[in-house]
Amino acid sequence: MMSNFPISEVRRDFPILDTKINNNNLVYFDNAATTQKPQSVIDSLSNYYSSYNSNIHRGVHHLAEKATEEFESTRETAKSFINASSTNEIIFTRGATEGINLVASSYCKNFLNKGDEIIISEMEHHSNIVPWQMVAKENDLVIKTIKVTGIGELDIENFKSLLNEKTKFVSVVYISNTLGTINPVKELVKISKDAGAKVMVDGAQATSHKNVDVRDLNCDFFVFSAHKMYGPTGVGILYGKEEILDKMPPYMGGGEMIKDVSFEDTTYNALPYKFEAGTPNIGDVIGFKKAIEYLNTLGRENIYRYETEIRDHTWNELKKIDRIKLVGTSDSKIGIFSFYVEGFHYYDLGLFLDAKGIAIRTGHHCTQPLMDKMNLDGTARVSLAMYNTYEEIDYFIDELKKIISK
Amino acid sequence: MITEKIQKEIIDNFNMLDDDIEMSLNYLMELGEGLEPMDEDLRVDDNIIKGCQSKVWLTHTFVDDKLHFLGDSNTAITKGLLSLLISVFNNRTPEEILDSKLFFINETGLCRFIGTQRSNGLEAMENKFKLIALNALKNG
Ligand SMILES: Cc1ncc(COP(=O)(O)O)c(C=O)c1O
Repeated sequence: MMSNFPISEVRRDFPILDTKINNNNLVYFDNAATTQKPQSVIDSLSNYYSSYNSNIHRGVHHLAEKATEEFESTRETAKSFINASSTNEIIFTRGATEGINLVASSYCKNFLNKGDEIIISEMEHHSNIVPWQMVAKENDLVIKTIKVTGIGELDIENFKSLLNEKTKFVSVVYISNTLGTINPVKELVKISKDAGAKVMVDGAQATSHKNVDVRDLNCDFFVFSAHKMYGPTGVGILYGKEEILDKMPPYMGGGEMIKDVSFEDTTYNALPYKFEAGTPNIGDVIGFKKAIEYLNTLGRENIYRYETEIRDHTWNELKKIDRIKLVGTSDSKIGIFSFYVEGFHYYDLGLFLDAKGIAIRTGHHCTQPLMDKMNLDGTARVSLAMYNTYEEIDYFIDELKKIISK
Repeated sequence: MITEKIQKEIIDNFNMLDDDIEMSLNYLMELGEGLEPMDEDLRVDDNIIKGCQSKVWLTHTFVDDKLHFLGDSNTAITKGLLSLLISVFNNRTPEEILDSKLFFINETGLCRFIGTQRSNGLEAMENKFKLIALNALKNG
């Protein structure tokens, strides 16, 4: 059943999709790594630099005024996009990674005590593992990990068994970048809160595919990156509940984040600026707004419906190929397919597909602990986005069959 | 020099493929399949070349002043690349290996096909051959 998603119009909005790779049409299936950008985002970047580039917040002149206004309007748009309560809860970062580091360093360093426990899961991206290991080491905290089941879901019973009065923080991924699994984060948040812990959700893979409502999820923190949702690289957002962010000390010092500075003492600026030291990535923040608007115009329910159709098509076709072993087969998943082929290394597969213009990712996808758990050193990964088509999938499947029969 | 002659042959062979990436990959795969087999018990961590994305093993024997190499990789394309390096360096004296300059990688455009992330691996492989030659020279 084909939905009436305006796929041709969408594809026309992404100029890179017309690129030829090795004389073949580009088939871009590496969307979990980063997505391509629509013309409106590209234009807004060039428009910013060609007509109103200026530093923000500190100027009285016209350009500074205009740049500040545009910059702050992204904050407003992002607030509505995830249904935060206030723009004070929207902190601009460089990406999901920085958001996690900020919370690990500002919250956990200051509010957790020796012996306190942090829970993450076996399917986390390295960026939701390493920052915790760093604070844990420095502050004698304990990290526990929720087990992943054979089909690639979080083991909720196992999670419950890890919780105790020492559990102070839980940080889990919404959608796994390796398995595609959509975790039941609302339920996980509730279980964590009932146990008295604060919760962060790594939404890096979620915001381009699903509606996200942070108040409905009731998480304390939520992080995501613009570049994975059709926006520019180098921008992300940390959402945090205002009453918690208010109590947290800044984690970087510099301009923007201060109210008064003398050599004796410094008073910090209010939210959200106290976490935004230095000149931010103004142009890319402004471009980010266009990406959010793009998603809003199409509607994420519509996007999700179409993406589910192409996911099912890919899944059905992959299942028909005996030698393909899929990793991550939960029903609750987006169009991310990790797989390996008996007798054909994923690395060779990636090179042969590239010769046909098909871009996939190979390796551990920054989830080495998960790979270890599955006894794999890596996989081939296809990750779909809203501009991918049935034709592209069929072409990929045909080429895949030819290659692995070499 | 003999290593130059072999490299020129490699370049001629690749030139016949007309820059067709798929044919080049197929050719590399075939070359890898033709590589002298390496025993399972030699494919150990001690023989791994560090700095390659895929696993590459290399061992050697030193007989009559000549180095003889055995190698393998867990990926077919890398194995093909390794087989090219082996064909250049195999049964040469340490001096010949140390004196030779590898130019076939650039001139075949192999680095273009193989990409920057992987040419580091090629460099690691070349260095390993030279290191083995250097040690052979020192230790006799
Ligand atoms: C699940 C997940 N979390 C976090 C990140 C890190 O995002 P970024 O590199 O944009 O900070 C990624 C990126 O691959 C991801 O997939």
